[in-house]
Amino acid sequence: MSIDSITNWLDERLSIGALRSLAQKKEVPVHRHSIWYYFGGMTLFLFVVQVSTGIMLLLYYRPSAENAFESVQFIITEVKFGWLIRSVHSWSANLMIATLFIHLFSVFFLRAYHKPREITWVSGVFLLFIVICFGFSGYLLPWNKLAFFATKVGTEIAGVVPVVGRPALRFLRGGDDVTGATLTRFFGFHVAVLPATATVFLGIHLALVQLHGMHVPKKFEHNHGRMKFIPNFILRDLIGWILAIGVLAALAAIFPWELGEKADPFAPAPAGIKPEWYFLFMFQTLKWLPAKIAGLDGEVLGIMTFNVIAALLFVVPFVDRDAENRRLHLIFNVIGVIALLFIVVMTIVGYVT
Amino acid sequence: MNPDTRTNANKLRPASPPRRSFLDFLLGTSALATLGAIFYPIFRFMSPPQIVESAENSVVAAKLSEVPPNSGKIFKFGNKPGILVHTAAGEFKAFSAVCTHLECIVQYRDDTKQIWCACHNGQYNLSGQNIGGPPPRPLEEYQVNTRGDDVVVTRA
Repeated sequence: MSIDSITNWLDERLSIGALRSLAQKKEVPVHRHSIWYYFGGMTLFLFVVQVSTGIMLLLYYRPSAENAFESVQFIITEVKFGWLIRSVHSWSANLMIATLFIHLFSVFFLRAYHKPREITWVSGVFLLFIVICFGFSGYLLPWNKLAFFATKVGTEIAGVVPVVGRPALRFLRGGDDVTGATLTRFFGFHVAVLPATATVFLGIHLALVQLHGMHVPKKFEHNHGRMKFIPNFILRDLIGWILAIGVLAALAAIFPWELGEKADPFAPAPAGIKPEWYFLFMFQTLKWLPAKIAGLDGEVLGIMTFNVIAALLFVVPFVDRDAENRRLHLIFNVIGVIALLFIVVMTIVGYVT
Repeated sequence: MNPDTRTNANKLRPASPPRRSFLDFLLGTSALATLGAIFYPIFRFMSPPQIVESAENSVVAAKLSEVPPNSGKIFKFGNKPGILVHTAAGEFKAFSAVCTHLECIVQYRDDTKQIWCACHNGQYNLSGQNIGGPPPRPLEEYQVNTRGDDVVVTRA
């Protein structure tokens, strides 16, 4: 049986010929801002790394307060290359959040969310929150001191939201306190609920990107080149992915992710405790807010403000609808720059103080 | 495409210069090395590490009072189960409790006075010999001594 006859057999049943000609026809615009096209693909690649290393960790991880810490310890000390797989999983998670933020801001500043790509943007914002939930739930799983307190504080923040806060907190923790029940829950979110949700939104997101093709910024609409997706763009993507694997391996080898000490619900919080870097800007803001603002709890006000801003992300393409409106354009640029500066400055302040 | 046209197609292609084939070789070997560097750790990770078995040679299997004549008891010998039998004749016998057929755990039957495996009806006599059903080999036998109130089982 020759390759051709196998190809023909498959083609008659799956019409891969149509798919192939579709893939061959796919083109990517080339212009001064083409570099930003790579960050979505990079985020997707790191997500694939997360799924594969995550499945591997599942071979040894045991999700209970009695066993979780010991099983991670077993992974990094006894299992061959366990330290590598675990560190790559942690580092890749962080890099993925970084590339996701770059992707988000590049799409925002290049206004790639204009008609007909509003749903692409909304599905992307959903993916952003799903990824943040991935980070938050995964952080607890090694059941160490830092994770324990980070989860206590994080779920407490959900709890201060008026009306829905308290039930949400009890739902997240599986009770009133962070216990083994919380760990089991977070494990379920991390390996079942979130992956299933992410698959749905990722499917929508990618299908829409295929449907609409890459967005070309207004400035380059009539003067840009084109590049074949296969092989030109995909090979460039591939180089980026190989680089990413190299960076991940180097980070894992030079800065292996620490395990710390086992969580103890009756020990005081360790000094200098901080959340993951992508929560630092909110953490730092809450630290600086006065206890009372205009008679309201400063903390509640701060948390509510962040919630409102997060919700506003969804409506961006429905407010900035007119691609020709220069005033709106300016306003959105200013908002974007302020948000970016705020995040960067507060993250740095949170990091150094 | 039939074989003839394929040879023709090959003939029509310009001969590739040696530099091209050298570059292809470099690219191919680096790709292989990269894939190796990725998949070797993955395969090693997936094969579970050897857990050192406790080299226990002797264990207190039971108290005398726990095993009246014509009864049996499963005990822990290292991380494997063993079976202690107090025969109707008053003798102590001990064997590995792992059936030689498909590794179920055997039990003593006081009605047939045999060691019996419930999974596939394997039968052993009180010397551990496989006398009925599918088991292919006898059970491994251990030495039994009594020390005061303790019944001590020792690997031979």
